[in-house]
Amino acid sequence: MFREKTLAEKILKEHSVKDVKANDFVICEVDICFAHDGTSQLAIEQIKKLGIESVAKPNKTILFMDHASPSPRRELSNTHLLMRSFAKKTGLILHDVGCGVCHQIISESYAQPGDIVVGADSHTCTAGALGAFATGMGSTDIAIAMALGKTWLKVPETFKIQVDGNFNRMVYAKDLMLYIIGEIGANGATYKSLEFSGTNIKIMEISERMTLANMAVEAGAKCGLFSSDIKTKMYLQRHGREESFQEIYPDEKAKYERTIRIDSSKLSPMVACPDTVDNVKTVDEVKGVKVDQVYIGTCTNGRIEDLRIAADILKGEKKHNDLRLIIVPTSPKTYIEAINEGIIETFMESGGMIMAPSCGPCVGVHQGILGNGETCLSTQNRNFKGRMGNPEGFIYLSSPATAAATAIMGEITDPREI
Amino acid sequence: MVLKGKVWKFGDSISTDLITPGRFYHLRSNLSELAKHAMEDADPTFSSKVKKGDFLVAGKNFGLGSSREHAAIVIKLSGVSVVIAHSFARIFYRNAINVGLPLVSCNTDQIDEGNTLEVDLERGILYNITKNTKMNFQPLPILMKTILKEGGLVQYIKKHGDLKLV
Repeated sequence: MFREKTLAEKILKEHSVKDVKANDFVICEVDICFAHDGTSQLAIEQIKKLGIESVAKPNKTILFMDHASPSPRRELSNTHLLMRSFAKKTGLILHDVGCGVCHQIISESYAQPGDIVVGADSHTCTAGALGAFATGMGSTDIAIAMALGKTWLKVPETFKIQVDGNFNRMVYAKDLMLYIIGEIGANGATYKSLEFSGTNIKIMEISERMTLANMAVEAGAKCGLFSSDIKTKMYLQRHGREESFQEIYPDEKAKYERTIRIDSSKLSPMVACPDTVDNVKTVDEVKGVKVDQVYIGTCTNGRIEDLRIAADILKGEKKHNDLRLIIVPTSPKTYIEAINEGIIETFMESGGMIMAPSCGPCVGVHQGILGNGETCLSTQNRNFKGRMGNPEGFIYLSSPATAAATAIMGEITDPREI
Repeated sequence: MVLKGKVWKFGDSISTDLITPGRFYHLRSNLSELAKHAMEDADPTFSSKVKKGDFLVAGKNFGLGSSREHAAIVIKLSGVSVVIAHSFARIFYRNAINVGLPLVSCNTDQIDEGNTLEVDLERGILYNITKNTKMNFQPLPILMKTILKEGGLVQYIKKHGDLKLV
């Protein structure tokens, strides 16, 4: 009997030898697998424990140096050395320091609709924006996926997230996702697939879909999926990969565990407050909170579309004297576009500092660790205690627009008031 | 497998940043050194007081956040023999089993710090010796149970040669 399928069920079935439905355990072929400099060493050591020093699909296996990039310590430089030598031995693809954040590069250069992508990073779900079943795992799972070219998965139940209604001025995908996480909670979608649809999703560019998919894991979800459409096709075309496009969408009568309907025309700018991503408030409720550092970047919001929004607000303005403004383009392509469009000049003239494409200060490894009692407003995806390198620091999360407005005023500011 | 141990109790939403903070990123190539900082931002004294075989008990969504498997590894290296929580974040759940750290999901509201517990992983029974109460829990799915029994995913693959559903 034909069973109508969700996006997750459809993709997993295509990669499995049998038909699948939610809650089945399946063994799937993996199309793309990757790790970064925080998770590679352990993965490489696990592969070696198997008694092999090879990977199943070298041209679909990628290592990224992005979390400590360039390396701030000799221990991490040695991890980089191990990654380079393993890449040479196995013929896998290496993106060395300065080459961008793994999730951005996976979307720009590798993932295609209908793929299964597994990565040793929780935000691997970002590639769901292109219609790929993309999910994060630990180093050992990735080691096995690299070595055997497959993994085991439990087919997730799906929450349908129906988003209708155009955004108001200065409201973006980040505000929507913070709103959703605030509503369902940090464990509201544990093990589930989030499947986005609705009139607002239809007109949304891939950049914003990536922001939504990226943060699916902040609600506990396994993946955040989108049908592929004309926007996907145009995105792949822009990155010279039009031939990677294929149409994928859920069946009309697919079974959803839950449907969440959101009228996105009613949303206003949102922030997540310390120390959890689901501690969400409107900007209005927290405006005036003094901020010591603003960070615009990351796999959540460091794309050219994000930098344009921030630059529009910062143009001709100066950042507040008592605050540092850090900007990190998510990929080399983003950086070059930002230079060509005069965006980097705008940031520099406003008093911001620009760093090489990488994770920047998001992970607390380098490039902007908070001092005791300091507050950062960041466009990243996580604000857990200690996230930015100091458990005595405080982190708020927002859109690039709210971050830019805050950078000018020195306190959390509604971008509609600038 | 039946385990017996003393409880260290934590609350809800213990993130991987609290378990193994990002500021120790450079120690990920030196796991025994990294383990000295296990749970440091949730309880700075944890690694000095935990004893081999102790139980770590927590509330909802234990292990949320980053995919860093080091979180499960440092808990195991610190001597903890089982983590019992109301619920687990998905990636941590897989990671723990993959490195041979047993997990139990059940209501932990009535378990207090210092209680002595006995856990039967096969049969899904948790016995609180201190309070003389008994609770049932759902044992692991068969595939995960087998991976755990072999001591982790690498050992499982070495023995079975491949991933197999049964």
